Formats: sequence, structure tokens, C-alpha cells
Amino acid sequence: MLRGKAFKFGDGISTDHIIPGRYTHLRSNLPELARHVLEDADPTFVSKVEEGDFIVAGNNFGLGSSREHAPLVIKMAGVRAILAKSVARIFFRNAINLGLPVLICDTDGINDGDELEVDLSAGTVRDVTSRQKLTFGEIPEIMLRILDEGGLIPYIKKHGDFKLK
Amino acid sequence: MGKTLAEKILSAKSGDNAKAGDIVIAQVDLVFIQDTTGPLTVRQFHESGLKRLARPERTAVFIDHAVPSPTHTLSNDHLVLRRFAAETGAIMSDIGEGVCHQLVAESLARPGDVIVASDSHTVTAGGLGAFATGMGSSDVAVAMGLGKTWFRVPESIRITVTGRFRKGVSAKDLILHLIGQIGADGATYKALEFGGDGINQMSMSQRFTVANMAVEAGAKAGIFPADGTAQKYLVEQGRAEDYQPIYPDADASYEKTINFDLEQLEPTVARPHTVDNVALARELKGTKIQQVFIGTCTNGRLDDLEIAAGILKGRKHHPDTRLIIAPASRRVFLESLEKGYLQALVEAGATVLPPGCGPCLGLHQGALGDGEACLSTSNRNFKGRMGNPKAFVYLGSPATAAATALAGEITDPREVL
Repeated sequence: MLRGKAFKFGDGISTDHIIPGRYTHLRSNLPELARHVLEDADPTFVSKVEEGDFIVAGNNFGLGSSREHAPLVIKMAGVRAILAKSVARIFFRNAINLGLPVLICDTDGINDGDELEVDLSAGTVRDVTSRQKLTFGEIPEIMLRILDEGGLIPYIKKHGDFKLK
Repeated sequence: MGKTLAEKILSAKSGDNAKAGDIVIAQVDLVFIQDTTGPLTVRQFHESGLKRLARPERTAVFIDHAVPSPTHTLSNDHLVLRRFAAETGAIMSDIGEGVCHQLVAESLARPGDVIVASDSHTVTAGGLGAFATGMGSSDVAVAMGLGKTWFRVPESIRITVTGRFRKGVSAKDLILHLIGQIGADGATYKALEFGGDGINQMSMSQRFTVANMAVEAGAKAGIFPADGTAQKYLVEQGRAEDYQPIYPDADASYEKTINFDLEQLEPTVARPHTVDNVALARELKGTKIQQVFIGTCTNGRLDDLEIAAGILKGRKHHPDTRLIIAPASRRVFLESLEKGYLQALVEAGATVLPPGCGPCLGLHQGALGDGEACLSTSNRNFKGRMGNPKAFVYLGSPATAAATALAGEITDPREVL
């Protein structure tokens, strides 16, 4: 069970909002890069987010670039899961590959600052503040296995290859 | 039931009867990295325990985003990539050669290939009938080592085009119009498959422009059939042997079909800060523009520079509007020099940058000041994209860009043709 508070974002948060191209020179200095996470969507986010919190977004979260640095700096900021109405394809795969769950659910009823409890195995989100319960969509089996190992690199390190069956 | 282009290619490369919705493991025919995502890919490759590249001769390392390097930290990233290529035997493409997607189109992509790379605009090679898609560093690291990756076979949206572009209208207007219609998530997880009589008169360059921006509708791939135009292109590039015809089956199943009559299209522009926020160029007349940028994997090819030079030859850019040009590759650079396009553009007041990506993503060169607006031929206009969250990026065709550079405000190119 994951427990933390919600940081609410709207629709269409791109990878440029998450980690802008003007910080490319910091990409091999990840702690410094992470200080700019989501800067162009909410410059105060990085100073407020705490270990265990959640990003709660609208449609098409993470659209744009394939930069894996985007989910990486979100994870480094302490975020333990992303909840969104929908998420862009490359970002979704990248987040799972880093062991960061992305959960698709109707986020309209969740407000900024709400206390949330996420049960990954049951597939549910409980909004403690508003006392509502949500269920999130199924994650494909192969992604669950990657998530179980903590990401793609530990998965390959352990299995040496993709195991579909 | 017949197969879409995506299903055909993924069936051939997985050995399965791949249908939309299936999960398959497919052979990867080409894998590449570039300098903003490559260093993390190298790190993940070493971390994964994979020792060598599955196929060094089909693995490429491009230094194209920060060229020449503006800072010592990026120079150190470049060292990591050069060392990796030297150690593994991968193809190395260093500064000045050009933008990865243009070089892949010119020299490496083949019809029917599965191509993955750590750059979202990898979809560009779909113009040549490849299943090409962008992935993150972890996925690409594993694909480099194993020579394969997993895919969910995408549903396809069929885009059937008829007619011909009218004067002043081009492929960029088609793809901007399409994205405006279906939205920035209109094709998420899906493939866009292009066909119809209208593609017969679209050059390879125009097809690359369209395929390049499939990802801006969320698509996993944007794929054209490999037809006579693709064959002619490959012959011209000196690699006739790379051609194989690829067409979808007549009874393939599509999630939906969208029809476009090219005759009906007008010059189209995406407004800040989303690619699907489109309007007609003529509706934006009066919007002042401080910088025009012509280049990138979307519109930095020879015919793009030809169009811009055709409009700007013998004229001068507006005094309040800077004009920046970046040819997409060394070959484009040389050919546009030989044909006099660069001469015409420089005489019109253009600043020419080396082949590369820098301004498009706000990495270096051409960063905008507070409150400034740029009309760019690139593919993204998100807030902060060109180096400043207080600036504004409009996207348009090379013709619209050139007309705008002349007038100092967004201008329908048909006014100056």
C-alpha cells in the first residue's frame, strides 16, 4: 500500500514541461537535473513534493520526447506513482521500465493536496480526503513482470531475455 | 482477414501471425541513439549486464543535438558516445554529419525494417515503409544488446489522401491539419497508415515530413507503403538492393479511416503551446514574429530549402525578424550550396547553422527572449520548447516560414508566390 498526497496537474503535460531541453547540459548530473522537475508546469513543485507523493494528471501526460530522464527525475523527486486519465505511449513504457507505476483512472474527483492510498495489487485508489474510491485500468502482463523486478534493466539482468510465457 | 502495414511488418519480424492487440517479440533491424538520450542508454546497457551489441553494423550513434558542443558537460557526454561506438563497433556519426532521422532516411532505413531509437521522431523512417518508433534509453539499451524488443501490435488508423497539393501548400500543412483534427492524443498507442492516390505525387521528403509528426498525434508509428517512389529514392541514394515493395492487404482491418482531399488544404499553422492548436495561416495575419527557423528532421531537407529560397531570392527578411536556417544533413548542406539555395538565403539575410537539432528543443542557438515569438518548421511548440517558457512557438511549412520572414508577421505564402 502506497500513501501520500496528490499533486494535481491538467491535460497535456509534455516531457518539455517535465524536464526542458534547456537543461540538457545537466543530463549526466542527475541530482542537479532533478532540481528542475516539472519546472515549466509548476515551478514550486520541486520544493513541495515529498517522498511517497503522487502526481495526479489529466489527459495525455508525458507527451513528446522519448527522454527517459522525464520519469527518472519524477522518481528521484520521491513520487511513487503517477495517476492520469491517459498517458503518452513512450512515457508510459519509460516509467514502467524505471519501476514507476502509471495508473490510468478518472482523476477528475481528486483535488490537489488530497491524501491518497494506492493498492497496486487490488488496483484501487482511495482518496482519504474526499472519501471516494477509484479503480485503475489493467497493466499488460509483460509490464507487470517488468514492474515486479523494479524495472527493465533489473529484469534483463535477472532473466537475460524477455520471457513472454 | 488481411493485414495492415504494421501487422505485416511485425508478423514478418516476430514469426507470429501478429494482429492488433497482440504482444509480440520482434527482431530489430536498426537501433540508434543520439547525444541527449544516448549517454543514459550507454549507462543502462552496461547496468543490464549485456556485453555486446547484437548487430554492431546495424547500430548507430549520432551526435546531432548539441553540435558543436556548447558546454563542457555536453562535450563529456559526447566522449561517452564516441568511446562506446569505438568499443562496440557501432556506426559513429559525429558533428556536422546531420540530424539522425535524416541520415537514417538517407543511408540506413529499409522498407520492412523494424527500427527503434531513443528519440521520439524515429517515426520519420515510416515514410520509407519501415515500422519505426521511439523508445526510452532502457528499451533501446536492451534492443541494442538482444537485437529484439517487445511490442503491443497497434491498431491502425487509415489516412486516405486524394488529389494534389495546391500551390503554396505542402506535406506540413497536411500533417498539421490532421493533428488538429484528431488531437495530440488522437492516435495514442496506434499506427497511422497513409495511402490513397494522393500519396503517388508526394515525394519521399514530403512523406518523411508527414511520418515525422505522427508522434505528435501520439502515434507509435506513421507508415507509408514502399512503392515506386520509395524505390526511386533508394536507387538515387545508391542502395537499390534495399528496396522491397510493401503494401497493406486490401481487406486489412482499420480502427477507422479518415479521408483527405489535398485540393482542399490551405497553409496551416500550429499555435502555442500545443501542436493540435491549429489555424489557417491567413487567419493569423498580423501576428508579429521575431524569429523564423527553417530546419530540423521535419523540414530541413533539400526541397524545403528550395521552397524557402524560391520565396526569399532577391529579397530581404523583415528588419524585425531574424532568419535562421539549419540544413538537415551534410548532403543537404552541400546540395543546397551547389544549387544556390543557401546563397539566395544568406543574401536574404539568413544566419546558417551547421546541420543539427539545437534550436528546435531549446538546447542551444536560437533561444528566444521573453515574450518573443518564433515561426518554426519543426514539430513541437510546447511551452519552453525553444529555450524559454515565456516565449511562443508557431509551427508551419517552409513556404509559410519564408513568407513570414519577409513580412515580419505570420503570412499565407500564397500572398508572396
